[in-house]
Amino acid sequence: MKQRREAPPLRAVAGDGRAEGLPAGEAAIATRGLTKRFRGGQLAVDGLELTVPRGSVFGFLGPNGSGKTTTIRMLLGLIEPSSGGGHLLGEPMPRAARRVLPKVGALIEGPALYPFLTGRDNLVRFDAADPTADPRTRGARVDAALERVGLAAAAGKKARAYSLGMKQRLGLAAALLQPRELLVLDEPTNGLDPQGMREIRGLVRELAADGTTVFLSSHLLDEIEQVCTHAAVMSRGRLIVQGAVAELSAGVRGRLTVTTPDPAEAARVLKEHGLSELTSDGDEVSGELPDGAPDLAVLNAALVTAGVRVRGFGRQRVSLEDAFVALTGEGFDVAG
Amino acid sequence: MSLAEPLVRNPSPLWSLGLLRSELGTVFRRWRTLVLLGVLATVPVLVGIAVKAQTHGDQGGHGPAFIAEVTNNGLFLVFTALAVTLPFFLPMAIGVIAGDAIAGEASAGTLRYLLVAPAGRTRLLLAKYASVMVFCLVATLVVAASALLVGAVLFPLGDVTLISGVTVPFSDGLLRAAAIAGVVAVSLIGIAALGLFISTLTDSGIAAMATTVGVLITVQIMDGVPQLHAVQPLLFSHYWLSFADLLRAPVMWDGLAKDLGLQALYTAVFGSAAWARFTTRDITA
Repeated sequence: MKQRREAPPLRAVAGDGRAEGLPAGEAAIATRGLTKRFRGGQLAVDGLELTVPRGSVFGFLGPNGSGKTTTIRMLLGLIEPSSGGGHLLGEPMPRAARRVLPKVGALIEGPALYPFLTGRDNLVRFDAADPTADPRTRGARVDAALERVGLAAAAGKKARAYSLGMKQRLGLAAALLQPRELLVLDEPTNGLDPQGMREIRGLVRELAADGTTVFLSSHLLDEIEQVCTHAAVMSRGRLIVQGAVAELSAGVRGRLTVTTPDPAEAARVLKEHGLSELTSDGDEVSGELPDGAPDLAVLNAALVTAGVRVRGFGRQRVSLEDAFVALTGEGFDVAG
Repeated sequence: MSLAEPLVRNPSPLWSLGLLRSELGTVFRRWRTLVLLGVLATVPVLVGIAVKAQTHGDQGGHGPAFIAEVTNNGLFLVFTALAVTLPFFLPMAIGVIAGDAIAGEASAGTLRYLLVAPAGRTRLLLAKYASVMVFCLVATLVVAASALLVGAVLFPLGDVTLISGVTVPFSDGLLRAAAIAGVVAVSLIGIAALGLFISTLTDSGIAAMATTVGVLITVQIMDGVPQLHAVQPLLFSHYWLSFADLLRAPVMWDGLAKDLGLQALYTAVFGSAAWARFTTRDITA
């Protein structure tokens, strides 16, 4: 994609903001006891303590109905918290909304457009709503944003003729109308085909490389795993875990799988070396590696020495999903 | 503040007007708006043709105000058309635009994007009300202009005989027509404020429009029931037709002042209510 051309102002802005303005480690998003109880009495968000480090690509995970969107809406000043509060870029929300929000681009619960306006006019409209947006540069910024999400060719079409994927792109373009310090993207790849998803992930990486903090909510684990440096998981309104992705998956011990025509003997040797929960299925034996896992080369040599004929030998990659199942004790696709 | 420095673009207060301009562009580029204005423009045409066709028949002396004068002077079609459209057509169009103002954005979901832009709730509400008021003026002018055109084509134009019997030159009559259009437009800002308030109560544009139009119909019925005369002076439509007093010499200001005062009252009450509601409400749509 030819996005690099538009990138420099963004890099300059976000980079400088971080370098000179802030004590190291100040969070892009920080909440304290953030709670929302809706009028029906339903507790949507319960005492959330969330910290999103500056410069991170932060994955905000949880099944549908777990309170992600309510949290995002509170952070952006659309919903008043019942108690607790949050800071965005170091300033209290919603009090500092006018000062903070121009530095924040957002895609909330999917794009929303004026169907009777062209894609371009939709962006012009959203830009005009920002009192800090310079009308003299509006045309150029709108064009750059359209170019960046690959919609330049369809800019003159009425938005009602857009496909879901195109609407999603236009919503992203609206979030990129200004250089931003923080992007809040709620399910940004919804409705996109695999190619579109790849492009969006590329765009997120590129923005992050420029220094923009990206807060990405999703219910797709592998999506988070592919782009995020940090993650948090919500379930039923509560924050279950948060931290660096590498740390989260490090907490889970890996599994070793051996393919062999001598499964019984292999299982015996593996057990001797401390593997637990051994299972064998035909010519495959697998087991959970112990803490401080032994050198895999030593294990392999031990198998061979014991006369086990090894056809395949490998450690299964620990996915974020494994980590979350381990941490939450439940599958990920449960709703609410 | 060094944090904000790279992003401070020395915003000019004038940039805020961009929202109003955008608002107006959005309202007047909708097909729905153009259809409403089109319907309003046809009313004078129908009235004009009907009067023309009836000229040779027996005029029973009934019908809307000034209709008997139209055959003598096409300018009177402006007054007739405004008198015909003011009770329902005009306020109904206002009700649609005002009712949709916030609720329509909410149901389309665009409201959340305007607010995180950040448009600012008070600022957005003001821009909405201002654009509805502009629509009041445009809608009234469309009726007046269409009526003037039709009147000029179908009937003679000339000196104007006022209600009080005095005859004034055509230019004076034209000036009074313009003043009347202005008064009619201002007479509509009460229902505009009411519609805007209703619009802040719901996330459904259709519901807000229907409610506003429903309130209009109810109020108009109440204004016609003699037993309710005690509350009638408080109904926003009660003094609407006092615009005719501008066709007297000297002008009778009493009814006009009451009408404008009532509109100011409705604007203050429902404008504040809309503000109180909109600035504290959770945006979940």
